[in-house]
Amino acid sequence: MTATQNSTGNPFGNTISAEDIKETLAFFDTWEERYQYIIDLGKELPPMDDELKTDERIVRGCQSQVWLNTLQENDHLYFEVDSDAFIVKGLLGIILAAYNGKTPQDILDFDIEGYFEALDLIRHLSATRGNGLRALVQSIQSAARQSKG
Amino acid sequence: METLAKNIRQQAFDVEAVRRDFPILQQQVNGYPLVYLDNAATSQKPNAVIDAISDYYRGYNANVHRGIHTLAEKATAAIENARQSLAGFINSPAPEQVLWTRGTTEAINLVAYSWGRSNLKPGDRVLVPILEHHSSIVPWQMATESTGAEVVPIPVTPSGEIDMAALDALLDERVKMVVVSHISNALGTVNPVADIVVRAHRVGAKVLIDGAQAVAHTPVDVQALNCDFYAFSGHKMFGPTGIGVLWGRRELLEAMPPWQGGGEMIEQVSFAGTSYQGLPYRFEAGTPDIAGAIGLAAAVDYLQRLDPVAVAAHEADVLEYALAQGADFDGLTRFGEADHVAGVFSFLLDGIPPSDVGMLLDQQGIAVRTGHHCAQPIMAQYGIPGTVRASFALYNTRAEVDRLFEGLAKARRMLR
Repeated sequence: MTATQNSTGNPFGNTISAEDIKETLAFFDTWEERYQYIIDLGKELPPMDDELKTDERIVRGCQSQVWLNTLQENDHLYFEVDSDAFIVKGLLGIILAAYNGKTPQDILDFDIEGYFEALDLIRHLSATRGNGLRALVQSIQSAARQSKG
Repeated sequence: METLAKNIRQQAFDVEAVRRDFPILQQQVNGYPLVYLDNAATSQKPNAVIDAISDYYRGYNANVHRGIHTLAEKATAAIENARQSLAGFINSPAPEQVLWTRGTTEAINLVAYSWGRSNLKPGDRVLVPILEHHSSIVPWQMATESTGAEVVPIPVTPSGEIDMAALDALLDERVKMVVVSHISNALGTVNPVADIVVRAHRVGAKVLIDGAQAVAHTPVDVQALNCDFYAFSGHKMFGPTGIGVLWGRRELLEAMPPWQGGGEMIEQVSFAGTSYQGLPYRFEAGTPDIAGAIGLAAAVDYLQRLDPVAVAAHEADVLEYALAQGADFDGLTRFGEADHVAGVFSFLLDGIPPSDVGMLLDQQGIAVRTGHHCAQPIMAQYGIPGTVRASFALYNTRAEVDRLFEGLAKARRMLR
């Protein structure tokens, strides 16, 4: 697997960090502002090539369709993700902000539950939606474990 | 006199009084008063149903049909009274033609397994309209796979109605069963089931009606419909989950082999052979959902105390109000525009995935369903992955429809 333009052109984990997202979301008072921000984040997510949207890349356990493609460059992992739904795209971006372009060790060390808690996000999502996000996190973590060998 | 009667009838349905009977509706969700528009998935329960279940567990919980003690007799009388009450609700000629199941899906599976496997032969056909729920398709795929028969789809018109000319063309002596919903869960189409029964019977085919979406919206008379089987769920008609009914024509039920073995359905067991009980117990292996049956009878009682004409008028008014607003809402496409619809408003907002609409409505306290509604073939016919579905019950109001459209306007603003 080699990195494509997508993995380098992705702002998440690059110009948009997990810290940025935490700070911005903490700033909002209303659900409208929070969701608008998440929807707008989704628009920043580079679309995945349609031919990459195969059954093998579907993340099981998500209510909406979510695809994940993992790429490795040197000792860093890059992730392309996409969904057919706007809010989910934003949520995917929030997860990529924590993981994209990191080393497998950084990925495994990252406290994702603490991150979700700080964002106060899971509480606002239905259980099925929350589980879907966790399914993506598990796929990314298992890719990191595999890459470490 | 006529005016007076009409006035009494109008007063007979007071939606605010009905709403007070449903405790779950008196709450805020995400900071807004709940607007519950997911009734086609499951309906809410009135106090009368909740109390009946609670009274049973607090006062006379016991296993039925076996005990000689007082509580067992009380519980047995209650579940058999419930069967009587359900028989009356659908005008069954006899209570023993009412079989308890876990719901519509299990009822259809019972017929597909027991009747299907003992009656279908290679070359036989089971007809199912394209708009049906997966529960009406898959059990018959399983039954036909094991018998060599085949499931053949009945075409549906763009407006979401069964293509009756196409049905006629399909009906020949190969057809042994027609499976059709009384009201479509995905589109709300009220299917001409009585007419379909007449046509199917002409070629000797049986008809199984999936009444899951109908029982909360329209009176059901199995004798007038002249169908062979009628299946429905308690939880979609203000009763509990886990209980449903299969009604069947007596001679068909009597000829059908049992499908599950175990307690209750047996007359005598030895290792040389076992003989089975008569109707209805031969199809009710194991301890039935006693509390569920009692709760469902309470739901029937609740519905029967309301004036069905007034309820139907109120429901039609709320749905028409929603459809009219939908027609004026910029960028809204409705799916299913049959002449006769009940309970369901299925739609998409241009370019917006349904799940996003559903999530933003939820943030505003409005519960709808999004997705394919377990009816992927009809979604495929429309070339869409799913819809947003607002589905109504007798406790919904015009004010709630207004909330829905305010919510949709906000969702559209945020997602554009």
